[in-house]
Amino acid sequence: MAAEDLPSEFDVVILGTGTVHLSFLSGDNFLFHLRRSYYAANWASFTFNALLTWIQEQQVSSCLWASTPQVSPQSHLCVLIGGASARARQGLAEEESAEAEEESAEAEEESAEAEEESAEAEEESAEAEEESAEAEEESAEAEEESAEAEEKSAEAEEEKKINYAQLVKEGRRFNIDLVSKLLFSRGSLVDLLIRSNVSRYTEFKNVTRILTYHHGNLQQVPCSRADVFASRQLSVVEKRKLMRFLTSCIEETEMDQAYSNQPYSKYLQDQQLGENLQHFLLHSIAMVTEDTPTEAGLASTRHFLRSLGRYGNSPFLFPVYGLGEIPQCFCRMSAVFGGIYCLRHSVCCLIVDRDANRCKAVIDSRGQRISCSHFVVEDGYLEALGCLFVCRLLSRAILITDSSVLPSDSEQQVSMVTIPPGEVCQSAVKMVELCSSTMTCMPGTYLVHLTCQSVGSAFEDLSQLVTKMFQTPESQEPGTTIDPRRPTVLWSLYFNMADGSVPGVEGQGLPSNVHVCSGPEGSLDHEHSIKQAELIFQRILPDEEFCPPAPNPEDIIYDGESPTPSAEEDSVKEAGQQEESGGDLNIRYTTV
Amino acid sequence: MHGRVKVKTTAQQEEEKRKEREKKLKIYVAARDACFSKRKEGVCDDEALQLTQQLLSSNPDFATLWNYRREILMHLETVKDRDEMQNIYEAELSFLEACLKVNPKSYGSWHHRGWVSARLPRPDWARELSLCDRCLSLDDRNFHCWDYRRMVVKVSGVPVDQELEFSDRLIGSNFSNYSSWHYRSTLLPLLHPQTPEAGQEPPHASSPRGPQSHRVCEEQLLKEYELVQNAFFTDPNDQSAWFYYRWLLGRAEREETVSCVYVSREDERVAVAFSRPVNICDLPPGTINDVANEHNLTVHWTGSHTHRDCALYTGRVESWCRDTATDQELFRSELSVEKTSVLQSELQSVKQLQELEPLNKWCLLTIILLMRALDPLGYEKETLAHFQTLKQVDSMRSEYYSDLCSKFMIENTILKMEYAEVRVFSITDRNLTSLCHLDQLLLVTHINLSSNRLQRLPPQFAMLQCLEVLEADNNFLENLEGVYHLPRLQEVSLKNNSILSCRCSFRAQISVSSGTPVLGIGSFCDLCSYLAAYK
Repeated sequence: MAAEDLPSEFDVVILGTGTVHLSFLSGDNFLFHLRRSYYAANWASFTFNALLTWIQEQQVSSCLWASTPQVSPQSHLCVLIGGASARARQGLAEEESAEAEEESAEAEEESAEAEEESAEAEEESAEAEEESAEAEEESAEAEEESAEAEEKSAEAEEEKKINYAQLVKEGRRFNIDLVSKLLFSRGSLVDLLIRSNVSRYTEFKNVTRILTYHHGNLQQVPCSRADVFASRQLSVVEKRKLMRFLTSCIEETEMDQAYSNQPYSKYLQDQQLGENLQHFLLHSIAMVTEDTPTEAGLASTRHFLRSLGRYGNSPFLFPVYGLGEIPQCFCRMSAVFGGIYCLRHSVCCLIVDRDANRCKAVIDSRGQRISCSHFVVEDGYLEALGCLFVCRLLSRAILITDSSVLPSDSEQQVSMVTIPPGEVCQSAVKMVELCSSTMTCMPGTYLVHLTCQSVGSAFEDLSQLVTKMFQTPESQEPGTTIDPRRPTVLWSLYFNMADGSVPGVEGQGLPSNVHVCSGPEGSLDHEHSIKQAELIFQRILPDEEFCPPAPNPEDIIYDGESPTPSAEEDSVKEAGQQEESGGDLNIRYTTV
Repeated sequence: MHGRVKVKTTAQQEEEKRKEREKKLKIYVAARDACFSKRKEGVCDDEALQLTQQLLSSNPDFATLWNYRREILMHLETVKDRDEMQNIYEAELSFLEACLKVNPKSYGSWHHRGWVSARLPRPDWARELSLCDRCLSLDDRNFHCWDYRRMVVKVSGVPVDQELEFSDRLIGSNFSNYSSWHYRSTLLPLLHPQTPEAGQEPPHASSPRGPQSHRVCEEQLLKEYELVQNAFFTDPNDQSAWFYYRWLLGRAEREETVSCVYVSREDERVAVAFSRPVNICDLPPGTINDVANEHNLTVHWTGSHTHRDCALYTGRVESWCRDTATDQELFRSELSVEKTSVLQSELQSVKQLQELEPLNKWCLLTIILLMRALDPLGYEKETLAHFQTLKQVDSMRSEYYSDLCSKFMIENTILKMEYAEVRVFSITDRNLTSLCHLDQLLLVTHINLSSNRLQRLPPQFAMLQCLEVLEADNNFLENLEGVYHLPRLQEVSLKNNSILSCRCSFRAQISVSSGTPVLGIGSFCDLCSYLAAYK
């Protein structure tokens, strides 16, 4: 669509396609602008090669923008590349990082200018200036992840089964997400996928096991009945106690009022469960902290348990080809019903009726005026416009490793690992280890995502844990003994990103029909995003059902056509363009 | 709003669906009729195969069509060569998979699959096993699939240890599955049979042990105890694990023995107790008619090649030879010394569970059974207390527990009687609801069953061939069919019962209630009419 002119009138213009945006589905007239060549903004999935390009972009843009202190003071992009073949690259990257520092001074100045300009642009709310448009685009691209690049050399290892060149060569076959999340089997996203029939485009893998880091060891957390039965680490009495606690949790018996002001950890302590079980329940099942109130702790325990067993032996699902698939599935559905998508396209200014405090139209990056009744934008773009500052960050690490952190009979395990705060890192770390059948890494490797709330930079926050659990260049320093069973890190990436759970920017002087949604946040599930999408949807269309079931192709009536089957099929193709498969396709899943 | 998608209304959809169904039905009926007429004419052509396939793929439970299909296939076997048949049967297997998707519990489809697999010139059993695995992963209790799988395993000779691993896997994924546990109980004796010296050989080894013992060697038993404990500690309300546990704790089938031979000179009678029901022959005339001489009797049980001797010496009026319940450890498991310690530790574990789950019925019942196996008399008091709790927590089965408790009380009384070496059996005020083990009471002369909750004296009561005095006051006896054939009965006391009918004549001194006339020995009476008159 990029080359053609767009229609000049839409009901809703949406900038960016994160998961939040895409839950808009009704038959309205939508225009999605995508400022990049990929869908889903920070929700994106990349092929390995695209991820390398993204890293370069971030490094380049960081040279220009990201050292602006108030945007991302602690950002730290650090690419670690293992294997001898990485050497050539390494030299180049080091040069880059040198440049980056030099240019950072300039960057600051420029960014200040850009902010001014963009602010003006909004106020003037009239003509689009080519320059400001460019500036906006660039500043937005800088976003949160970025910053000084730092490359660390990896010692050349011989006899490595998979080397960097192979990763690059096979890179097209697998997708790597920027965010790391899972779907609770009874979470609102799964409900939404089923209710809206978007599930017909999706395919999932079950998370096969829940692990936790406890007393310096990785342990499997028994959470289902079968797990408890099979567990070798629990005594039979512990098994009974755990099962009894879990059963009583599900039954939602009245909570003991004595604990209404007490932390969940205290409540667990008083259930005479023993240290082991308390650890499992607090950190791996409820996934809360020591000071979470009992009520909240019980609620998350229940949420976990309710999801258990719906599609398999764990409460979590992971989309095959990565989380980036989910926004795309919504896109596909929306496109079938007339939503228009525009990649590499942006909005450069809004035309605001000051008296009504409404945005009447947007001017796109090519100067076209597009009238709209509503405008939805991700806060990342506003940040670039200077309307918002990120105050909380997430520390992320992505690793490609050569074996599982806890080898088992099956190579195709998808593991969710919780590392409680204080165990290695200051904050609680959530780790997801994906096997190759999730199509996120090449056969013989595992993709590991680590996420935690930032204390320092991503590298500062997470590298210690990585060194401890995996074999990295650091852990190979002389004098340290390495467990040979530990997986080797073949490639790693550390970066910080904005935490979208920070309260939004409502009422910050934005026009009433401009709706802001946040980017991905640090929690494991999608509850926050779905809730937000529903809220925005209801503000725009207060009388409409949120994500109603999409009709089956055979139930759609086409004007002036007789409902013969063949004609129907054709017309579906016409209307749908991208539609790939009809019929009832529920969530499919495969087990290991 | 423009550009909205128009969707058919539910009424429109309903109407369309109705028409669709009508159309389908028409096609179905036409095809069915065509099939029937073809079969009538004995046509076995490809068209018939296709027609039946169409029908069966929408309704795989049409048994007549499966039969027709088999007729056609058998006909094809006579005209086609081996390779062609291989292809045809392979296609048949794929078709059957589609049918099983329509109805995974279709009798017809599974039976036909077994039939085809057996006739396939070059069967691929691995494929069949993986089909079963897939099917069981979707529904691990599909007994059709279990049956078919057993057939495949048998025919293809899958090693027993592999099958045990399979059972491990299934139990691991869901232990609430009788099929898996039961399958295990059939595999273990094959894979880990009890070594002969470990089992305490019974006193009469004359009967050869059966070809397959149902017992498992002790080492494996310990592993099984652990496995099953994990299951019932995880979910004590799941009964499949408890049943398996009971199987593990159970003992061998009772030996076939002649447990008692009793000879009475006076009555010219021989009474023989067998360990299970038998057909008997008449006593050869003149066996013990001689008043003074010594008699040596041998009873041969031809069915099981066992025998028992009994000598009636000169001057004695009666004689017997028997195994006591104590000798046979009849009411306990057959346990070696080590096994007793094993059972003791099992009891500790289950007691531990009971502390956590004081009201779990399976747990209570298992404790009772373990206590019985270990020391029935020593644990009598605790056992009775547990029965009380059991009846409260599982009131739906309180009568079952009463009967079971009665059985245990009778067993204990038999043991006590044997230790005391008397022929008096007295069990009063014990809330007995039923009578059992009467074969063990052959020699008893006096029996006192007063103040219990008995409703009848069953026909097996006739096993008490030496009984002279019967006391059964204060019960709820309604009929007395058990006392019809007691040759030595002299005194009967049935005070305070609710006897409704009795149509027997016997010589006995009967006291029905205090103050009623006592019937003298030798006076025949129609008890029924007597009672009627008395009322």
